Amino acid sequence: MQEILQYLFSGLTNGAIYAVIAVGFSMLYSSTDLINFAHGEFVMLGALGMVSLTAGFGLPLIPAFFLTVAGVAAAGMLFERLAIRPVRHPEPIVLIIITVGASIFLRGAGMLIWGKNSYSMPPFSDHPPIDFAGARLLAQSIWILVIVTVVTAALHLFYRRTLTGKAMTACAVSKKAAWIVGIPTKWMVLLAFGLSTGMGAVAGAIISPITMPSYDMGTMLGLKGFCAAMFGGLGSLWGAILGGFLLGILEALGVGFVSSGLKDAAAFILLLLVLYVRPQGILGSADVKRF
Amino acid sequence: MIPAKKFRNTVLAAAVLLAASLILSPAIFADSHKDAYKIGGIFSVTGPASFLGDPEKKSMNLAIEQINEAGGVDGHMLEGVIYDTEGDPSKTVMAAGKLINKDRVTAIAGPSRTPTTLAVIPMVKRAKLPFVSCAAGNKIVEPVKPWVFKTAQSDIQAVASIYQHIQKRNIRKVGIITVSNAFGESGKEQLLSQASDFGIKVVSSQSFGADDKDMTAQLTKIRRQDPGAIICWGTNPGPAVVAKNVDQLGIDIPLYQSHGVASPKFIELAGEAAEGIFLPTGKILVAEQLPESDPQKQVLLDYIKAYENKYNETVSGFGGYAYDAIHLLAKAMEGTGGDKAQIRENLENIKGHVGVSGVFSFSKTDHNGLDPSAFVMVRIRNGKWELVE
Repeated sequence: MQEILQYLFSGLTNGAIYAVIAVGFSMLYSSTDLINFAHGEFVMLGALGMVSLTAGFGLPLIPAFFLTVAGVAAAGMLFERLAIRPVRHPEPIVLIIITVGASIFLRGAGMLIWGKNSYSMPPFSDHPPIDFAGARLLAQSIWILVIVTVVTAALHLFYRRTLTGKAMTACAVSKKAAWIVGIPTKWMVLLAFGLSTGMGAVAGAIISPITMPSYDMGTMLGLKGFCAAMFGGLGSLWGAILGGFLLGILEALGVGFVSSGLKDAAAFILLLLVLYVRPQGILGSADVKRF
Repeated sequence: MIPAKKFRNTVLAAAVLLAASLILSPAIFADSHKDAYKIGGIFSVTGPASFLGDPEKKSMNLAIEQINEAGGVDGHMLEGVIYDTEGDPSKTVMAAGKLINKDRVTAIAGPSRTPTTLAVIPMVKRAKLPFVSCAAGNKIVEPVKPWVFKTAQSDIQAVASIYQHIQKRNIRKVGIITVSNAFGESGKEQLLSQASDFGIKVVSSQSFGADDKDMTAQLTKIRRQDPGAIICWGTNPGPAVVAKNVDQLGIDIPLYQSHGVASPKFIELAGEAAEGIFLPTGKILVAEQLPESDPQKQVLLDYIKAYENKYNETVSGFGGYAYDAIHLLAKAMEGTGGDKAQIRENLENIKGHVGVSGVFSFSKTDHNGLDPSAFVMVRIRNGKWELVE
């Protein structure tokens, strides 16, 4: 029992990381129909930015957090303005290739700024691991769980309750129709990029104490986050969260009951099976395009 | 149609000419440098294994500078040609090809990692080139390949040092957790095969991915088997995560790490979780604490001083592999006039060369030339390395 609980905790920690990254993928997709393969790199910028601001400049945690998120969101908007918007024929494949290029660029820039080493970052609160029936969970994992839930709930409300959120959704459904009814589509796309990369920065900042960030962390995290988003149903916020946690927990149970060498295989085979039965993901809807 | 065909012929001719000039030019270039012995270096200067390649590149340059200042080898200056592999086997193969075909080097030092070394071995065999690897994996020299040598201590000696220490503390059962790459696999193989020699039983063997962020699941599985110690085999940052997770789970048995994390970076990454960890390491980390009777002490102190003066950074435990490789090659080059077969022959006959990583005595059957005394066991205490008996 204690072991199963510990596997679940291990899965929750990894799953929360995947979930928060998946949310970033999913929300950009649901408002621009675009998959940003540079998303993992924005997570890296968030994590290393957080390390620099706290350890390097000695800022307290909370201002450092908001400054990092704002800075990375600004970088994301700059990316949209300079690399995505000027594209003359914005076919999805062209845009996706641009984002792959951006990820290579950002990784290189990260290497020049922060060097090739991993960094360590103290946890948000200096609390010892929490004991539940012999299984232990890091305090930082609870921070991650809480922040992920709050941010996703806020995003959910933003899409459902505010005019801007609804306008953004409209842009994704049909850019032209949105433009005809007077929605400034260009601004909406810009805002979506800012929000999504900002989410990436939130992810990077909160996971930095447990991941030992380095310039090349984004690739693996981006990949796992993307899988989680597909798993849960691309475009659905809660689906992304669910997908992330399921992927994390499956990996941990794979270690516990199959073998640690086959951990990734076990999780991904299940992922493939789910996608085979439900290609739209667990919470994605097939008949209506997204919503 | 005819003009098009003519045009194509012209283009073809131009291409052939260009290719020919590219192939010929290195030969012309090499002639003008007849006097210097060229030694190629291939290290993972950037990328995930940069902690190995970067100090190795610097140490190679340092060794060449020292040898040249002392008058070179039989009056020939040494010239280093160094390429970055980024730790990637395919890039390493390209770099080795460039060294062999374009730069026409006399010998090669490096690469830094076991997978990259294994990738270039067929090439140096074909080119008949003295090759001194700086990687740890034992597969490099086992079975012995005529042209292939290595300076880094092997996992064989590292595992033997750990097991000796565990045996002395009367621990009979261990759990092992290894990274799933060549370094970890090689360590796992040694850990499993040598255990019975020391009367030790491996009760659980787990692995983790090099990029994994949480190993509590694997450690929980190990804990269930109730071992007396845990041995982790990997390179940063994975082992630091393992150390933190052991701390988090409150597992109260000794944790051993491999020599792969013997750098200050590990202590920085693992923080307080590093306290009390045991690991085998080359003597460089504890050079000051060595007894005066140790033959390597003076060599180590000289190397550390020269390195820190030249680069203004703390010496790492890994640069010494390249430093030894260059000094060994220079020694083997004496009196050969640059003849590769003779250099290889001399290299194989070197006995008792006191280097940074140990005292090298090569033979026909041993192309690593080190024994377990190349390692000492250290414990991390108050963020520092402490020599233990």
